[in-house]
Amino acid sequence: MALQSLDIVRRSATTLPEPEARGAYSGQVAKLIDTTKCIGCKACQVACMEWNDLRDDIGHCTGHYDNPHDLSENSWTLMRFMEYENPKGDLEWLIRKDGCMHCEDPGCLKACPSPGAIVQYANGIVDFHEENCIGCGYCVTGCPFNIPRISKKDSKAYKCTLCSDRVAVGLEPACVKTCPTGAIVFGSKEAMKQHAAERIVDLKSRGFEQAGLYDPAGVGGTHVMYVLHHADQPYLYSGLPLNPRISPLVRLWKGATKPLALFGIFATAAVAFLHYIGIGPNDVDERDEEAARRELEKTR
Amino acid sequence: MNTRETNWIERYRPGQRMIHWTVAFCFLLLAASGLALFHPALFWLSAFLGGGPWDRILHPFIGCFMFVFFFWFAAYVWRDNLLDARDWIWLRRIRDVIENHDEKVPEIGRYNAGQKLLFITLILCMIGLLFSGLVIWRVYFSAYFPIRVIRLAALLHAFLAFVLIAAIVVHVYAGFWEKGSIRAMTRGWVSPGWAWKHHRAWYRAVMRSSRGTAPPPG
Repeated sequence: MALQSLDIVRRSATTLPEPEARGAYSGQVAKLIDTTKCIGCKACQVACMEWNDLRDDIGHCTGHYDNPHDLSENSWTLMRFMEYENPKGDLEWLIRKDGCMHCEDPGCLKACPSPGAIVQYANGIVDFHEENCIGCGYCVTGCPFNIPRISKKDSKAYKCTLCSDRVAVGLEPACVKTCPTGAIVFGSKEAMKQHAAERIVDLKSRGFEQAGLYDPAGVGGTHVMYVLHHADQPYLYSGLPLNPRISPLVRLWKGATKPLALFGIFATAAVAFLHYIGIGPNDVDERDEEAARRELEKTR
Repeated sequence: MNTRETNWIERYRPGQRMIHWTVAFCFLLLAASGLALFHPALFWLSAFLGGGPWDRILHPFIGCFMFVFFFWFAAYVWRDNLLDARDWIWLRRIRDVIENHDEKVPEIGRYNAGQKLLFITLILCMIGLLFSGLVIWRVYFSAYFPIRVIRLAALLHAFLAFVLIAAIVVHVYAGFWEKGSIRAMTRGWVSPGWAWKHHRAWYRAVMRSSRGTAPPPG
């Protein structure tokens, strides 16, 4: 949501750098979600809708605990429940709080064609400024995590803001504030990594050999990270991608194609202009008219 | 250059001209609104359709409109745009064409090989743009396609639009270069000398049928 400040480091659809004097010198922020501590109470969902004044429509039961069924313009975060039978034959209930990952290299921002509709702050938060959003849905196309949702009512894109409005005044995000088990923590990215490392040591000592931190390098790291019991198989957690990255198709579309195509169009026009100057127009003169007249007489 | 005393030849009927310029006007709006979303440096072009959201809303509708009118026009001219053996000779002598040495290339029917290739290019681009455009039409259709298809369609749409715009730049310049051609599409007629010089086989066919020797309109 709109929170204009000078510490924006990246703005969608702009070709020049942003004012960069104010950086995040005390470190970038991150939210750490410890799936091993999560009990699936959905307090974070409630806190999110309360703080952000969102009310989703009452949906339908789809046969499992996910409620609502999917993220939407009014549900920016969502607990996803997965029943996993491990090789030992035991059931594991893997619960993941889904929502924007706040990528260091955001695919949504790369794809967005509207200047300033998507911004990235120096502290790492990726935010949508709906007043600049044109509703094209390119952010959906660009996102490696399938997060942004376009509203059916106003055709604007919405997603988790990492409570940028709260963070800007020194508060933690609403979901962090409310989490009763301490599964969600917030702080500098460095501190969160350290905290995660301690958790992982603990988890390994309890038999979760593959426990680890989910901070995928393919998108430059994320400002929402997970501690997973099975970091080698993130897809167990309701399809969390193993190696997320901005699709090569999107990179090509929003990368080399742009300057090359513009150059191609201008070059075509320039060649045409130079042809006119160098070789000149192809005129029909009186001799052609005369020849045409003779031809006509022949046929009559 | 020309006087009205000679026998003018009708090249495009009024209905055809109106359809052509409908398509042309749609093209301008689509190129402006499409380029606005394609490159940040051209976002200001969205002002032509009333700003970013209106750009996004109107572009696909105008595109569908243009698709219909384009194929309506194509229905009139496709028969004369089928490539034949002589077209390859024309293409091999493209250098003479570019250097205005029309006398060195074989006689041309209603359309030359360049025009035919342009026609085929436009047909393919229009079909590809329609289908890729439907896939990325977020409000109505994107939900029915997997994300990979949407990404591919977005790239394809941009690429085909580039080909189309470049082809239209060539098309517009060709009309400007071959003097007397623009009038064929604005007023509908060409002089016999123009027809004899640029489309001699067509001129002979028209003379034989005597259908085309109508007096100039306007």
